[in-house]
Amino acid sequence: MSSVVYVMWLRQLKRYWRSKARMIGTLGQPILFLVALGYGLGAVFQQAGQGSYIQFLAPGIIAMSVLFTAMFNGIEIIWDRQFGFLKETLVAPVPRIKIMIGRTLGGATVAFLQGIFIAIISLFLGFHITNFMNIPLTLVFMFMTAFLFTAIGIAIASLLKDMNAFPLIINFVIMPLFFLSGALFPVNDAPKLLQTIIKINPLSYGVDGIRGSLLTSTFGLHVDFIVLGIWIIVASMIGSYFFSRIEI
Amino acid sequence: MPETDIIEVKNLVKKFGNFTAVDNISFSVKEGEVFAFLGPNGAGKTTTIKMLTTLLHPTSGDIKINNYSPITQKNDARHSFGIVFQDPSLDDELTAYENMDFHGTFYGVKKDIRRKRIDELLRFVELFDRKDDQVKTFSGGMKRRLEIARGLLHHPKILFLDEPTLGLDPQTRNHMWEYVLKLAKEEKMTIFFTTHYLEEAEKFADIITIIDHGKIAKIGSSQELKKMTKSKSLEEAFLKITGREIREEKASANDMLRRRFTGGRR
Repeated sequence: MSSVVYVMWLRQLKRYWRSKARMIGTLGQPILFLVALGYGLGAVFQQAGQGSYIQFLAPGIIAMSVLFTAMFNGIEIIWDRQFGFLKETLVAPVPRIKIMIGRTLGGATVAFLQGIFIAIISLFLGFHITNFMNIPLTLVFMFMTAFLFTAIGIAIASLLKDMNAFPLIINFVIMPLFFLSGALFPVNDAPKLLQTIIKINPLSYGVDGIRGSLLTSTFGLHVDFIVLGIWIIVASMIGSYFFSRIEI
Repeated sequence: MPETDIIEVKNLVKKFGNFTAVDNISFSVKEGEVFAFLGPNGAGKTTTIKMLTTLLHPTSGDIKINNYSPITQKNDARHSFGIVFQDPSLDDELTAYENMDFHGTFYGVKKDIRRKRIDELLRFVELFDRKDDQVKTFSGGMKRRLEIARGLLHHPKILFLDEPTLGLDPQTRNHMWEYVLKLAKEEKMTIFFTTHYLEEAEKFADIITIIDHGKIAKIGSSQELKKMTKSKSLEEAFLKITGREIREEKASANDMLRRRFTGGRR
């Protein structure tokens, strides 16, 4: 029966692998951020006594590409709904929870791979990993981030009937998650209110987990792990509830 | 042949807010029957099919599909039928074979049987040469054929066809019907279909049910309906029963989106 989960997972991977244009297209934005911000603000960051900006920024951008790919992948369910494939899965004699799990794992794997690509690219742009022993831990945090935001994407998409709300989701969910996460700047030096918002934002813990395992952590890695874990459980539960209620 | 009811519908109602899409309908379909469900746009055909196939929850009423309730015994009911939807429901990025293979997995068809049947069915709908091509390279007719093949893969007892021949040329239409009816006979499969091509219902259906404004207007064979209304053709009978005014149908969200993203091709 877990073959249903496997098939849904495999489908996401096949779709990802086959649309090379999209694959390359989604690498463009993170690279732009790395180059423009990393090199552009590098000198200022250094003068402020914070060390190398690209070093600080790269984990944030890895988290960003995981976030974007995961959310888009989850929201893609609207596309399936519009262009029909969702119906095929919903009339099949399998529990919806399995479809949901397979779909989430598939989307998370794709986002995870995208994050790895960005990590490799950032090595060529001046990012140095000092803590090689911690790489497996980094991968865990990347996958957790990927899983969480795919689940959130699916939860949101389950409530929507068409793509009209898509720009809204980008501007009012994805962008704030990214900019208010500590991906681009050190949390400790930010104003109090901003710090509070950052501490509520689950992406902050993904960013800190990825950055912390490779460099230094702000919140503590165990905090990152626990917070992400709780968010994953809650988001999956809410997501599968909404998903189970989809009517076409 | 023992006359068992494979589909039973009793006092079925579906309301969307204040609007009653399906208004207290009852009918039954016998095993092995070819059953046509006709009606003007917006009459409630697709809503009824969605309720029969577990996609929509009825407001009230009882349904039995192969003796299972699509409300409380969803998975058993789902095993009993195959469906070809009004709109395409294939994954365009996958190949024809993959679409079939995924379907087989969903329905728990064992791997060796799955392979054999997929080959057979793809040959039958004449898509075997294209089995490793992505579905997005297929024409509308090819997609339809693939969907029919897919709907048959798990050997359902009932095949639902919601306007299966919409937009197909006469060649493909005839070919499709020939195939479906042959299979129905061989497998003792029940066919439940909707169409706007009334000559299809006239030619192929054992029983025709006409639904209008969410209510059943008439049930009978093509002969009976023509006799009742003193008409020469089923089309004439249909118009006498349902009137000549043109119906408004609300555009679904799908229609809206397609218009935006495909420039109104569909």
